[in-house]
Amino acid sequence: MAKSVRIEKTSVVFGKPAQKKAASELLDSDLTPQEIREKTGATVAVRNVSLDIKEGELFVIVGLSGSGKSSFIRTLNLLNRPVSGKTMIGDKDLLDMTKKELRYFRRNEVSMVFQNFALLTHRTVIENVQYPLEIQGVSSSEYKKKAKEAIHMVGLDGWEDHMPNQLSGGMRQRVGLARALTNEPEVLLMDEPYSALDPLIRRDMQDQLLKLEDEMDRTILFITHDMNEAFRLGDRIALMKDAEIVQVGTPDEFFDKPANDYVKNFIADVDKTRILKVRNIMEKPHHIATETDTVKTTLEKLKEKDLRFTYVTDANRKFLGYVKIEQLKRSKSETIKRLVNEDDTVIYRNAYLREAWPKLRDAEYDLPVVDGKGRLRGVLDYDVVVDALAE
Amino acid sequence: MIETVLATFWESIVEIPEFLEFNYEGPIQSFVDWFAETFEFIFERVEDFIRRVTYNLELALFAIPWFVYVLAVFLAGWRLKNWKTGLALALMMTFIATSQLWHLTLSTFVIVIFSAIICFILGLPLGILMSKFRPVEAVLRPILDLMQTLPTFVYLIPALMLLGLGSPAAALATTIFAMPPLIRLTYLGITTVSEEVREAGIAFGSTPLQLLFKVEIPQALKTIAQGINQTTMLAISMIVIATLVGFGGLGAEIYSALGAGRRGVGQGFVAGFAVVFLAIILDRIIQGVAERFDHSEGGES
Repeated sequence: MAKSVRIEKTSVVFGKPAQKKAASELLDSDLTPQEIREKTGATVAVRNVSLDIKEGELFVIVGLSGSGKSSFIRTLNLLNRPVSGKTMIGDKDLLDMTKKELRYFRRNEVSMVFQNFALLTHRTVIENVQYPLEIQGVSSSEYKKKAKEAIHMVGLDGWEDHMPNQLSGGMRQRVGLARALTNEPEVLLMDEPYSALDPLIRRDMQDQLLKLEDEMDRTILFITHDMNEAFRLGDRIALMKDAEIVQVGTPDEFFDKPANDYVKNFIADVDKTRILKVRNIMEKPHHIATETDTVKTTLEKLKEKDLRFTYVTDANRKFLGYVKIEQLKRSKSETIKRLVNEDDTVIYRNAYLREAWPKLRDAEYDLPVVDGKGRLRGVLDYDVVVDALAE
Repeated sequence: MIETVLATFWESIVEIPEFLEFNYEGPIQSFVDWFAETFEFIFERVEDFIRRVTYNLELALFAIPWFVYVLAVFLAGWRLKNWKTGLALALMMTFIATSQLWHLTLSTFVIVIFSAIICFILGLPLGILMSKFRPVEAVLRPILDLMQTLPTFVYLIPALMLLGLGSPAAALATTIFAMPPLIRLTYLGITTVSEEVREAGIAFGSTPLQLLFKVEIPQALKTIAQGINQTTMLAISMIVIATLVGFGGLGAEIYSALGAGRRGVGQGFVAGFAVVFLAIILDRIIQGVAERFDHSEGGES
């Protein structure tokens, strides 16, 4: 259900039409945004940004205020219209859409969570959450049902009939999130959603988002000015400064190879062990066998790859256990199903390295990494973890 | 010698020469006559409409016993604020009912309500158009500014010229005079809806009309209700002056008191109090309703 997002050289300029045109022509020059503003009167908010966001990725854009990150995320539902470039969601370019197509797209494929919640204060919680479906002419029993589901997902059961001004900030943003989930969007845009909340609540909300993200299949774009938040959440992160992207990469890559001193300074205060998650440094398993594989082919594969054992999953990639090469050599069964050593020492992919450490120390093999549904997503190698923490 | 020459000269330039004096009244008068005659068929209808509506409204209001008003006002004050407000409003209503001015007050009230309703029907869409379309704003804004600076009496002239003496002219003048705050506050309410909330409406794929009716107007309701309040207050203040174009009501009572000099003081005060109490009652009730639309932090829920 998730869709990829591909941005090619997109730029956003604010100003009067003539100023915008003049400034657009200077985007490829060496002038800084300030110089362009002095020359033309227009403000360059986003400049020649290109990004490839994979489907299902939780992608974070981080930067100080005024770096253009909010202006950028608003191009993905065309609240801001870029002056140039391409904005591809899946295989469609937003900039080519007619008004009608754009409305369909906004109603069905993308939704947004706002910094100050942007709730309709005259409506109750459930009336807010149902809004995206209500305006599509969906029947009221249908949108009430969907809204209730979304409210349940964010843990606000029982608050349906309260007004927003009776809720705390954190709860209001949960309403904002529920509202953004009712239309089951393929791309979820979150514009500094937790910046207005106090730190403790913010942490809860981040955990909730990670949990939801794990259960759903959506591409999420998350904007923040908080580097810790960015590293906690992001599969990959883009750092923006002066309307441009300075560096894109996984949290690990940011620590390994900061692009310049600005990036170094920016990540200086980040505590790695609290930030690095299993998913950030897990590796692909060398081989995954399905329980229905034959003993013969599995044995061949292992010999070929020079492996001592393999992980085994069911047809839905749910992790079952492992099979050793000695077992395979001895076995007379047709498939490997009966040979599987069941194993529940797995690590959740959103766990922090700190939490994974004790399990890893005692493990015989690389730890299997699973998602919320128990599907095998990767393995965690002791040496890799030591390396990552040692820096 | 020189003095006399100077004096004569001075006299000749101080006085406005005859050839520079014109009769401006004439053309205006004939224009108005022409206008009123040419469009008589329209004004006749307008007059007829106002007369019929206000007459029926009056019949309806007169048919309700006085204590029902007292009770209604008490309940409204109590539900919207607290029982003390309800009691205060009920006492004011009782004063009006027992002041021998009951029927005059009701017919005054009829014109006020009529004007307020017409203001709402015309002013709300105008305010919305003004907030949505730049050119409409560019045209309306100076007109509204002008209307606010014109002396009250000036509003009587067009009403008089088009409808002649009588209560329809009073209703028309009152309507025109009372309209600006409603237009202005509707405009203000809609243009000050939080930009983020508006963006949310757009981001979820609202059509412009859905945005207007499901987001902007509901968010602006408190401000719009304040506009209705101001409009009603202006209507009450105008209705007294509108006596000059031949409307009876409480205004006439006040004027006749003025004419009676010292012996009219008592009569003037009683009628004055009736007007003030009517204004207070309407103000409190409409404001109470307006607060119901306040969903901001710490507002009504």
